[in-house]
Amino acid sequence: MKTFLLYRDQDVDWEQPLPANANDLVADLGLAALFQAMAAGDKIITPIATKVILWSLADVNGILYRQAVLRDCLAQRDIVRDIYKLAGEAIENESRNFWGIRTRQAGSILRRARDVLLMFFEILRKLRGIADQHGSVFESEGFSRFFAMLRDELDDAYLNEVYRQLRAVEFRGGMLMTARLGQGNHGSDYVLRDFDRPPQNWFTRLFAPREPGFTFELHPRDESGARALSELGDRGVNLVADALAQSADHILAFFHALRDELAFYVGCISLHERLSAKEEPLCFPVPQAVDARIYRVCGLYDPSLALSLPQRVVGNEAYATGKMMIIITGANQGGKSTFLRSVGTAQLMMACGMFVPADTFNASLCNGLFTHYKREEDAEMESGKFDEELRRMNALAGHLAPGTLLLLNESFAATNDREGSEIARQIVEALVDSGVRVAFVTHLYEFAHRVWTERPGEALFLRADRREDGQRTFRLREGEPLPTSYGEDIYRRVFGAELARSSLRPNT
Amino acid sequence: MSFCSILFLGEDTPRAEASEDPAFFEDLNLDQVADALLAGRETYNLRPFFRMPLQDVDSVAYRHEVFRDLEQGPVFEAIATFSESMRIIRDALDAIAKLYYPHERERWIVDASSRYCEAVTTLSNELNRLPLASRGLLALRGFLTDYQGSSGFRGLVADIDQIREKLAAITYAVLIDGNRLTVRDLEGEGDLVAAIHETFARFRYGAPKSYLLKFSNRLGMNGIEAKVLEFVARLHPDVFSELDRFAEQHSEFIHPLVRQFNREVQFYLAYIEYARIFEAAGLPMCYPDVRTDDKAVHADDAFDVALARRLVEADEDVVCNSFELRGSERVFVVSGPNQGGKTTFARTFGQMHYLAALGCQVAGRAATAHLFDAIFTHFERQEDPLALRGKLEDDVIRIHDILEQATSNSIIILNEIFASSTARDASVLGHRVLDRILDLDALCVCVTFIDELSTLSEKTVSMVSLVNPANLDVRTYKLVRRPADGLAYAVSLAEKYSLTYGQLRTRLSGGRE
Repeated sequence: MKTFLLYRDQDVDWEQPLPANANDLVADLGLAALFQAMAAGDKIITPIATKVILWSLADVNGILYRQAVLRDCLAQRDIVRDIYKLAGEAIENESRNFWGIRTRQAGSILRRARDVLLMFFEILRKLRGIADQHGSVFESEGFSRFFAMLRDELDDAYLNEVYRQLRAVEFRGGMLMTARLGQGNHGSDYVLRDFDRPPQNWFTRLFAPREPGFTFELHPRDESGARALSELGDRGVNLVADALAQSADHILAFFHALRDELAFYVGCISLHERLSAKEEPLCFPVPQAVDARIYRVCGLYDPSLALSLPQRVVGNEAYATGKMMIIITGANQGGKSTFLRSVGTAQLMMACGMFVPADTFNASLCNGLFTHYKREEDAEMESGKFDEELRRMNALAGHLAPGTLLLLNESFAATNDREGSEIARQIVEALVDSGVRVAFVTHLYEFAHRVWTERPGEALFLRADRREDGQRTFRLREGEPLPTSYGEDIYRRVFGAELARSSLRPNT
Repeated sequence: MSFCSILFLGEDTPRAEASEDPAFFEDLNLDQVADALLAGRETYNLRPFFRMPLQDVDSVAYRHEVFRDLEQGPVFEAIATFSESMRIIRDALDAIAKLYYPHERERWIVDASSRYCEAVTTLSNELNRLPLASRGLLALRGFLTDYQGSSGFRGLVADIDQIREKLAAITYAVLIDGNRLTVRDLEGEGDLVAAIHETFARFRYGAPKSYLLKFSNRLGMNGIEAKVLEFVARLHPDVFSELDRFAEQHSEFIHPLVRQFNREVQFYLAYIEYARIFEAAGLPMCYPDVRTDDKAVHADDAFDVALARRLVEADEDVVCNSFELRGSERVFVVSGPNQGGKTTFARTFGQMHYLAALGCQVAGRAATAHLFDAIFTHFERQEDPLALRGKLEDDVIRIHDILEQATSNSIIILNEIFASSTARDASVLGHRVLDRILDLDALCVCVTFIDELSTLSEKTVSMVSLVNPANLDVRTYKLVRRPADGLAYAVSLAEKYSLTYGQLRTRLSGGRE
């Protein structure tokens, strides 16, 4: 009994580690807001969504498999939420059935295992009911297989045998076990026997043929004898308790798998509802092989920003097929960082099988997404900060490989333009020539200009716009890097014109 | 050579075993050595062996041979495995003796005797397979081969196999229904647990956690277990009367010589494990050249094993010292700064001789030791406030006693004698005592603050403890053979404060020559 709703043919290993840079990705892309919207108050969903999103898939087929399941979920959201709720109920009930007063006694292990199994089978029967009633409206391979499995594995004959065995372990007609003579002639190798006879009393015994073997009847007041007899019985009881408790654990694992896998899809439904309510566009992306280097997106926006604003956000387009670099320059607060976040977030959403925040999205996968952002919190001296940036870059370089995608946000700027540009040029060119794709938000004019003149075919240049009146449009357009980034505008707004004039740098 | 003892060459009657440590153990820290060495083997009562130094060269050689054989890993392993089995058997027999239900006790005797036969057979096979050179283990190998072939041993093995096979063939069914307990034969009922596992197999997910409780397989039965066994015996009367017969015939199954060997060989195992501590720490151990005919003594890189063991445990460095007495030299006079390792040196010398006389390895890369007739030590003691005699008087009386008993084959170790007297008294008394010892021609270590004792005669050798000139707070614990001029320490101290002649000249000349 496998759920297989996230992978076509394997269980999810929920213990597998997140990528080393998971924390950076969450912080730099502002993913917390996305996770929160998916959770919609459900505590289970956030950690699950975090894992599924950050464990990107690298194969197109795996992504299409999930897209199909997700389409079913969006179309049958009530049924999917019901199944999710049933799985959660099974887990909840199991955890509420405590282990009595911590006694490690065979009898209490058996009683609990039996109770839990009876409860599980009530829920399993409901799941089979859903499969019988609604299974046919689901179209995806994942759900079709899942419902077929429920119908096949939980048929009536099977359920009857389960209930018979759960009755047999009540030992109403006595408990029969076999043993051999072990060390010191103590009993060993106990085997519990399937001995399903009706309860006995003096009357049935009177008329039954004499039992073979030797029989001994305890005196009703022999307490130590009774204790010893129940100890002996416990050996048999424990064997069956072990078998049932293990079975309960296996079924519990099934419910966990079901709940956790559905938690991701239920989170997707919630996010879809939130963004649709704002009439933000959503589409299923067309994932392409890494090597194809395709990047054609339209109406791309940052979902985290969209979730935080009442009004609709501005979408951007980018046609970077065949290019190794997207270099984004231009006005401060002109939407550059937002665009970079949207590139990263959409890439992750595509790679985990989700819809993406765009009108259309047709892009190559990557072998890993990395970010290198200016760390604002470092209140160090400039040289120390630059040193820190390069140290971090050094650590990152250990993870980069052909086919990975690196987002650089104002990196190498903690020094003067010339030095920063030279470092940036050497690093970026080395990366690009090694097959790493780079999206770089930068004020390093010399660097951007040099790429523009020396490697014109290899980069898409986007520029943040500024209208004549200094107002930002938040829309990026293709365009040549310009030698100013309008920082003066902001400076002036914040400090006033006088101060701004007195602190202008000689070269601007 | 027929086998008598793995410890004592050609002695078939065991020696009388002393029940107390000799007085010098404490001074030389040999009590600590014995404690550490024998820890975990208390039940064998090995300490008496530690109190029996050997006095002839061949007896020491007999032990060296055994040690060298045992140092081959496989030989050591074979013996260690054997003695572990014997320990288990002995513990089991102690416990079995107290059991109430005969059918249980008898079965334990079968199992214990079986284990014994296996242990003897395994050891014998291993010894036959392994290359041995020692007289002791070769004799043991011969003995074991003969013993295994004896009719007694073979009969025991055959009886064990037969009774075990019959007991193993029995499977019985127990039916518990309320207060009723029935024991009968199985009538084809299936395995319910297997059926349950099969039913739920479709949910199998990963490796399951076990809910099996531990049911202790203790010794002794409760009334119900005994009742079940009684019924099983009634279902199979022939098998159980055979079991009765077995227990009657084979209650004393351990051969006395096997028992004695197992005890004695522990001494070797203990010492090898002990020596490994030092080898693992990179400290050398060696088989000393032992002599009775002359008194040439030497050691390369020796150390105090009791101290070294503590240092190794604390992961601290151990300082090794070398020493030598040549020709007519008999006495080490040890002087130098306090806490510079003088007492340690004295102990190193004493331990080396004592362990050599036990036929064991000693500390150092190479060593020559004299087989003594007795060791006498005199270490400074805490003054006993209740004693009637003063400390000096006490010292003199004790040394007198020593000189009364000592012979030219004795070893005398004196540590800070007469330290509680005036320098003049100490010097006069020291001279007298040392003169007596030199006349006696005994080997001696004399730790003293009286420098002039070191030049008393050509028989004395001066050893001086060193300090590190660069850092006077660091003790080197290194002793070297050099005249006791009392300068080494003072010069180092002067250098540290730039007060040597050369330094002072330079400083006083304002840096100019």
